[in-house]
Amino acid sequence: MTKLLIYFKGYIKESIFGPLYKLLEATLELFVPLVIAAIIDKGISNGDISYIIRMSLILVGLGIVGLVFSITAQYYAAKAAVGFIKKLKQKLFSHIQSFSFSELDTIGTPTMITRMTSDMNQLQTGVNLTLRLLLRSPFIVLGAMVMAFTIDAKAGLIFLAAIPVLSVVVFGIMIWCIPLYKKVQERLDKVLGVTRENLTGVRVIRAFNKEDDEIKDFEDKNDELTNMQNLVGRISSLMNPITYVIINLAIITLIYTGAIRVEAGIITQGAVVALYNYMTQILVELIKLANLIINITKSVACGNRIQAILEIKPDFKHTDKAPVQLKTDIMVEFKDVYLRYKNAGDDSLTNISFKARKGETIGIIGGTGSGKSSLVNMITRFYDATKGEVLLEGINVKDYPVEQLRNKIGIVPQKAVLFKGTVRENIRWGKNDASDEEINEALVLAQVKETVDSKGGLDFEIEPGGRNLSGGQKQRLTIARALVKKPEILILDDSASALDYATDAALRKSIREMHHACTVFIVSQRTSSIQHSDKIIVLDDGAIAGIGKHQELLESCLVYREIYNSQFKKEGG
Amino acid sequence: MNNGTLKKVFRYIKRYRILLLLSIILAAVTVSLTLYIPILVGRAIDYIVGKGNVNFDIVLKLLLIIGIIASITAFLEWLMNVINNRIAYHVIRDVRDEAFKKIQILPLKYLDKKPPGEIVSRVIADADQFAEGLLMGFTRLFTGVVTILGTFLFMLSINWMITAVVVLLTPLSLLVARFIANRTYNMFKLQSEIRAKQTSFIDEMISNQKVVQAFNNEDKVQEKFDKINEDLEKSSLRAIFYSSITNPGTRFINSVIYAGVGLTGALAAVSGGITVGGLTSFLSYANQYTKPFNEISGVITELQNALACAARIFELIEEEPQIPDSDNAIILNKVSGKIELENVEFSYTNRSKLIQNLNLHVKQGQRVAIVGPTGSGKTTVINLLMRFYDVNNGSIKMENHDIRNITRKSLRKNYGMVLQETWLKTGSIRENIAMGNPQATEKEIIEAAKFAHAHSFIKRLPNAYNTVIGEDGGSLSQGEKQLLCIARVMISLPPVLILDEATSSIDTRTELKIQEAFAKMMKGRTSFIVAHRLSTIREADIILVMKDGSIIEQGKHDELLARNGFYASLYNSQFAI
Repeated sequence: MTKLLIYFKGYIKESIFGPLYKLLEATLELFVPLVIAAIIDKGISNGDISYIIRMSLILVGLGIVGLVFSITAQYYAAKAAVGFIKKLKQKLFSHIQSFSFSELDTIGTPTMITRMTSDMNQLQTGVNLTLRLLLRSPFIVLGAMVMAFTIDAKAGLIFLAAIPVLSVVVFGIMIWCIPLYKKVQERLDKVLGVTRENLTGVRVIRAFNKEDDEIKDFEDKNDELTNMQNLVGRISSLMNPITYVIINLAIITLIYTGAIRVEAGIITQGAVVALYNYMTQILVELIKLANLIINITKSVACGNRIQAILEIKPDFKHTDKAPVQLKTDIMVEFKDVYLRYKNAGDDSLTNISFKARKGETIGIIGGTGSGKSSLVNMITRFYDATKGEVLLEGINVKDYPVEQLRNKIGIVPQKAVLFKGTVRENIRWGKNDASDEEINEALVLAQVKETVDSKGGLDFEIEPGGRNLSGGQKQRLTIARALVKKPEILILDDSASALDYATDAALRKSIREMHHACTVFIVSQRTSSIQHSDKIIVLDDGAIAGIGKHQELLESCLVYREIYNSQFKKEGG
Repeated sequence: MNNGTLKKVFRYIKRYRILLLLSIILAAVTVSLTLYIPILVGRAIDYIVGKGNVNFDIVLKLLLIIGIIASITAFLEWLMNVINNRIAYHVIRDVRDEAFKKIQILPLKYLDKKPPGEIVSRVIADADQFAEGLLMGFTRLFTGVVTILGTFLFMLSINWMITAVVVLLTPLSLLVARFIANRTYNMFKLQSEIRAKQTSFIDEMISNQKVVQAFNNEDKVQEKFDKINEDLEKSSLRAIFYSSITNPGTRFINSVIYAGVGLTGALAAVSGGITVGGLTSFLSYANQYTKPFNEISGVITELQNALACAARIFELIEEEPQIPDSDNAIILNKVSGKIELENVEFSYTNRSKLIQNLNLHVKQGQRVAIVGPTGSGKTTVINLLMRFYDVNNGSIKMENHDIRNITRKSLRKNYGMVLQETWLKTGSIRENIAMGNPQATEKEIIEAAKFAHAHSFIKRLPNAYNTVIGEDGGSLSQGEKQLLCIARVMISLPPVLILDEATSSIDTRTELKIQEAFAKMMKGRTSFIVAHRLSTIREADIILVMKDGSIIEQGKHDELLARNGFYASLYNSQFAI
């Protein structure tokens, strides 16, 4: 949490003035018992009515000045809290954007979204409350003690004794409870998990007759939760009663001491009343403080979660210096490449070596989990080789500035993702300054121009996640998005799966006939999509099972033949 | 507020009525005692008048009483808190248990329509809000009212004039709070609108961060984010600041009341209407009296919210369950696999008829294939066979018994099912495979996994068969999950198999191998196969061809091809390039 403090920069004035004005207000509050004591000792005992009225007006005056101070404090606190969160959000968002793919995989999308949203909200509330109240309560407590000393040193000693005891009780119970609250949350998460699972898996659970087991499992987890809640409840319920007893013991001692001192003529009756008032002020503040601290603990937990993400240093190393171009006609080369994902037990790609010449079309085929996507994802450096090297025009991809590298490549990912916005805006993701002419050209190439026209042209609004488009339409738009930048390398990662065979064929034809020479990688499970490629790489279980042209592979590669037969075997075959 | 809901709430609390009664009594007692202490203090102070004028006997006696009362109060308060927690947590537990049991017997008709997130939030969040809000809110309301009444009475017993000052001025703070709340409503609305916009932007961009990076679009996205972020900052600052004036505002009113009490009290004291000790008690009451007022308006909104939550969770609990098994339902043991559908009529809604007059006689060991384009209702037939849904008319018979006369348990025990939707339980891979047969040995589990061609990827996982997968399979690919689902069925091998697009996410080559395994498995077993790859169903004994929800053709592969109808055109389109 402490490392987040630097984001207060720019709001330092507000962060100081907020609590400061709050303290000024609290100081005024501390004068109230003194005024009351004066009313009793001077006003009442002398029967001085005009003095009483003056003193009462002072009370109102203190209230008005306090109001002004505290509104000022609220303003500064709100400004500092909101501004702090704004900067923190900005920083976290850009930090997330700098993560590599394997970091994105390990951290997980839902976590990042929670931290950007609900954790931030809780932290904002926490910061705001802290600035407003955290200093106030201890100040009043200590201030009450100081005031007690000014009235009577001996009575002040009672405060001096009571306050540490109270603090030990309040903080002790809290420190005891905080880890228990965490356990409650964990158990609640389990109950939630079972519930969710039983809804998403209702068919399987019923098909396997697991209803009774599930009910038992749920009841157990639910009981565990309840027991923990009861335990925490019993402990946290101790706080108020114990502080109450301590305060009352202090009051008893105070009045008794007061009685002795008054009898001896050292202090007045009004002074005893004032001391009593200070003690009750402490009680009120302690209760507020306890609530505040619970809130702050929650916020600190949120802050720590946010900091944990910020502390992940992107492991992605890249240079800013453009490499010296080499003269070569090899566009992409893999040299003995191995890839193992973070936390995986085994390699996903083993010993991959091949070359792709400029302008060639490379087909990549293989079973589920055979490593097809992993392979193409290494060209764009979404994942880095664990061993071996990936070369682009003879230079290791790691030696390119990542922007330059990815600008050369147009990728169409497996999952067709579009963003909220117009068709034009979406296609411009590929090229920021693309003209309508260029966009239309890409749409034609991707076989989606007619669809777009029928929907109302480039200004057609796409809903979040592309909900108002069919799977095939989305896929073709993502292809157009990649084509608009006229990439040197085009990667189609199983991106024609939702297209019918005819459209798929037309698409491949138009890509082949594009004006500029472009090295194309086609990942597919369909032999029909890749059989006309200049080179086909057959992957099996992360290793290359064969490289060659369609006919060669049919003869030499068993895996390829099996794939082909599984799709083209007609009757009796 | 809704009376019906309140009544149901009492049904749950009834079990704890003794505790509740105890809690109410304790609340009344502790509040009264708490209020009594300032009076005792006031009295004690009255005996500490000045130099040489202190009555120690009485002061000490009073202090002793204060000590005893404070200790008793503290203990009773703790007891009350414990009891309140107990009531609240146990009511939540009961409500959750009941809701969960209900989920197990709700018809799929209901569950299919409701998004899981919505039901989860009822069982978790609404239950919490309901019990905590209602019970804690209730106790706070109760103690609040007792405090106000008690303070009022105690004040009245000391001096009615000063009491009048307090009572007349207090509503001012409520007015201030209401005034500010009304003014800030629109600011909060604007804030939550912008916040929602930001959340959906964050959601969209972080979910698709890989695409953002693939297109080098980080800067543009950041720019857009910063823009929304600044808007949010502005609107949040306004909303938070203006609403945070409430507290200083009401506190100001309170200090005016305090001054009012001081003034009238002191004037009364001068004329002998009140003692100094009485004034002291009064001043501490003036603080206590206004506090519950500030709280009560908050408590009432909380209570309303709690009741709304209660209504939502009761709606779930009271939802009509599926028709229970009749008392004399038959328990089917191992069956041969004979299934008959007679004049079956079914639709999900009342308006459109989906399946009409479906007749199908499946003998033991026969293979039934259901084909048709996406969305043509192939899964509907499966839903009827498994009795996830009941037929509207006609009957489905297993071993000559109408399935409605068979216990659901024993009916489903005879089916082995692999669905397109791959669902796995949180737990280890081993537990998931063994779901079909909890007694399975290690060897059987590995064998089933090998059979389903899942063994090779499982052993590559960090902890092989002990790898714990999260809800919905976590990091496994769709295809891998499907292989696990197949292994899960392979281990139990019931007499009837249902394969609903069981290999849709598996590549064709692995699929071919699995088909071999399926073929072995299907030998001697009745099977129903839904598939979009026609090559996998050519050998079926009966093919049902579905379109737009109804069965339009039925027969063998060759017959259907010869008919040159919809099946024939489907079959040919598969291989047209």
